[in-house]
Amino acid sequence: MNVAYLSILVFSPLLGILALLLVPKANESLIKIVGLLATLPALLMSLVVFFQYRTGASLASFTEEYKWFQFGDPSTLGDLFSIKYELGIDGFSLVMLVLTAILSTLAAIASIYIKKEWKGYFMLFLLLEIGMLGVFAAENLILFFIFFEITLIPTFFLIGKWGYFEKEKAAFSFLIYNGLGSAVLLIVIMVLFARTGTSNIEGLTAIIASDSQHLLLSAGAKMGLLVALLIAFGVKLPIFPLHSWMVRVHVQASPSVVMLHAGILLKIGAYGIIRFGMGIFPDQFQEIAVVIAVLGVVNLLYGAFLALVQIDFKMVLAYSSISHMGIVLIGLGALNEAGIQGAIFQVVSHGLIAALLFFLVGVFYERLQTSNIPNLGGMAKGMPITAGFLLAGAMASLGMPGMSGFVSEFMAFLGLFKEMPILAAVGALGIILTAVYLLRAVLGITYGKTQRDFAGITDIRRAEWIPALVLMGIIVLIGVYPSVLTEPLTSTLETIMLGIGG
Amino acid sequence: MDLETLLSFKWGIMTPEFIILGAITLLSLLDLFMPKTVNRKLLGWLGLAGILGALVSLVTLIGNGPESILFDTFRLDSFAIAFKLLLLIGAALVFLIATSYETKEGLDEYRGEFYYLFLAALLGAMMMSSSGDLITLFIGLELLSISSYILVGIRKKNRQSNESAMKYVINGGISTSFTLFGMSYVYGLTGTTNLLDMARHVVMLTDSQHIYLLGLAFFMIFIGLSFKLATAPFHMWAPDVYQGAATPVTAFLSVVSKTAGFILIVRILMVIFYNIPSEGLGTMPLLLKLQDYLAFLAAATMIIGNVIALRQKNIKRLFAYSSIAQAGYLLVVVTSMSAFLFDTLWFYLGAYLFMNLGAFAIIQLVTQKAGSEDISEFAGLYRKAPFLAIAMAVFILSLAGIPGTAGFIGKLNIFMGALVTEPSHYVLVSIMIATTVVSYFYYFGVMVQMFFRPAVEQVKFKLPAGLGVVIGICLFATILFGVAPNIALDFLQTNFNQFSDFFQ
Repeated sequence: MNVAYLSILVFSPLLGILALLLVPKANESLIKIVGLLATLPALLMSLVVFFQYRTGASLASFTEEYKWFQFGDPSTLGDLFSIKYELGIDGFSLVMLVLTAILSTLAAIASIYIKKEWKGYFMLFLLLEIGMLGVFAAENLILFFIFFEITLIPTFFLIGKWGYFEKEKAAFSFLIYNGLGSAVLLIVIMVLFARTGTSNIEGLTAIIASDSQHLLLSAGAKMGLLVALLIAFGVKLPIFPLHSWMVRVHVQASPSVVMLHAGILLKIGAYGIIRFGMGIFPDQFQEIAVVIAVLGVVNLLYGAFLALVQIDFKMVLAYSSISHMGIVLIGLGALNEAGIQGAIFQVVSHGLIAALLFFLVGVFYERLQTSNIPNLGGMAKGMPITAGFLLAGAMASLGMPGMSGFVSEFMAFLGLFKEMPILAAVGALGIILTAVYLLRAVLGITYGKTQRDFAGITDIRRAEWIPALVLMGIIVLIGVYPSVLTEPLTSTLETIMLGIGG
Repeated sequence: MDLETLLSFKWGIMTPEFIILGAITLLSLLDLFMPKTVNRKLLGWLGLAGILGALVSLVTLIGNGPESILFDTFRLDSFAIAFKLLLLIGAALVFLIATSYETKEGLDEYRGEFYYLFLAALLGAMMMSSSGDLITLFIGLELLSISSYILVGIRKKNRQSNESAMKYVINGGISTSFTLFGMSYVYGLTGTTNLLDMARHVVMLTDSQHIYLLGLAFFMIFIGLSFKLATAPFHMWAPDVYQGAATPVTAFLSVVSKTAGFILIVRILMVIFYNIPSEGLGTMPLLLKLQDYLAFLAAATMIIGNVIALRQKNIKRLFAYSSIAQAGYLLVVVTSMSAFLFDTLWFYLGAYLFMNLGAFAIIQLVTQKAGSEDISEFAGLYRKAPFLAIAMAVFILSLAGIPGTAGFIGKLNIFMGALVTEPSHYVLVSIMIATTVVSYFYYFGVMVQMFFRPAVEQVKFKLPAGLGVVIGICLFATILFGVAPNIALDFLQTNFNQFSDFFQ
């Protein structure tokens, strides 16, 4: 359709970064407005594509391809070992792009709580958005990796500078875990590139698929690469036992950063496993599907059990994220259409729910300076609307029918019950636990014994309404009308199912 | 040799060397006869002009076929041109750093020497990259080494400087004797010192005893030369010397001297040892059999450099270990011996040149201002001088190999080279990537100081013109070659024809 539409979409926050350079650093309100405005072009552009796609337009016309650089002598190697700048989208990545754009804008609104050095904050924030958008639009493994690493540096600073008490420790543990994860990822990418001479995702998928005789890579090597990919993205997701950094980040970073972190950055892990793990190594993935399902159940139960005993609401949410990511793995482990669809649904749905809940944490932390559950008791009296949203968010999270959480959990488990009923039955315990820990935490906050004086504390107001309402709206929309998601995902799912021979 | 033969040589290919030689002569004479009151900084600018002149004349030589004069002792092939470009650019930047160097001990008495010794060292390095004979190779090496010994100790009244010069001389002496001893074996077995003649001789070797001796010679030469690269096992001098030497000298040692070391090693390894059959005519080259040992040294260097750097509090010592680690990455290139060897080495050395010299320029500015070399002097740099902090951040990110910078593309190249060969060096690559992650700890430790910690006192920085230019150029190049590496890679492809004339 349009030349460089995707590039403009991905790099549009750059405009904001440049504009911010010109704004004086003490002008708080102007910086915040510019920061917010800079997220809008990407949002509008991604929504336009989304609605065009819904009305039947093809996504192929968005593909971009430019020569970037090449190793060795082009005259003898031809197209081999050349790395191209390739962007493109399919239904799945389009959904992720829209999710990223929406959450970025909402997180920019939530950044009203940032108290210092707004200019640096928004510049890093926008850089992070470029990285996240790029990850989902990249059609080339090396390009993917570059965007993937671009998210790393701003996040490090956003956590380490604008977080809470132990922010630097959290930032370093984020950096080292994710650094290791991306190191492993880089090895996988370079092995694939060095062996096949291409880093185009589609090209690689085709080459590996046609290499059933294991001439390019031995069967063992392929399995090794898949396991390495699982580790690399398992750090991001996070899969137990690679999760400790993520709990720290969720607790220590400022809510607006956690919205993006829990909403998008963790999802890159799931996206990577689906797109590269399942996409490039479908045969090997089938062999270890059981392991993945088991890991999923472990994640689900482990997260749920630990969430049960936390007294800090942020900790509850952090472990709840681990638990919910287990459902993604359960869906993937099932390896049938329902399961995979459930996994993708869970990725989107949890992105929205986690963002909503962390936004609410930001709302009441700003007013009450605590996220300790007993200290927050009686919120329903002092801040009834916030408390209401909190309850609704928790309902969505525990999978109440009519909300997005229900659809994804239902489909993921439907898939797994079909393949591994016993494992699924064990996993289903996790759903009960989810209800228990969320209700314990949220009821403790809303209706618990009133510990403090809420006099003079305002309820949710002005700009704060926007993120709460928008997120709630989308959660309900997906819950009652799931085809808003299923339709864009159909073709991606078909491709994946074709790969795993289902 | 009569005058006729002397005149028949094509001296034109030595123009860059002659320009540098001329500049040295001019500078030393001026220094001698100029009244003491005249500021010697003038000499620095003259020297810089000489380097730039040599650079220009070198560029005009690009595209010349392989030519050699002086009975094949001096050769100009694309390898020599490509790497001399790096040497000259590096030396020019070091000169700019040197012109802004001030010290409490008063360098003014020797400032003249300071400049022309840099040039002499540079000349040595250039001779090394162009030599086709062990004798010229060695003389170039010694010219470089001896000049650097004096440069390290040039702050005569500073105890640390003297200590480091002493350590440098002794270590250097030992390592040189290793190299020379190793070379003597090769000479003994082939009866010639000319590299290409040697290659022709060794191809025919069948006696396994001889090959065994050559293997021994290989280790001695390599270990001796590891001194110049600052890699294991001869890396111990680097932290002490880097700390004690004046910052421009440290910058010179870590970039130009290291580059020269790699040039020398590749020349000797690829010309002589790659041609030695391991078990008689036409069998696998000896060098490939010895690959595992090289890999071991590369791995050891990366681990030592990155792990010990974690505990450093002095910024120059930190960068000493960092540069040991970087040399380890470069050894991975040499070890893997892929088809991309020259390209990768050239690109990474180039990237390293810009990112490291940029960092050293900032280090000099900050430590000079603070009068201390503790890392905590970087605290609050972002508040005091945002541009410097951001530039330093870019250099550090590049050294750590984060995308968007030249360092990342360089690392990508290295991984490519190590994985594309058969068998692939999976273990070596894994070690390299793992140690890179370890390096995040100390690199980001500097970032934490600059961005998160408050400054002790608010002082404004005055950026001297020379340093400003260096930082600007390095920043620009680091980002440019990170975003558009094709500029450098295409330049390499179009002008040097795959370095195919290396063995001619």
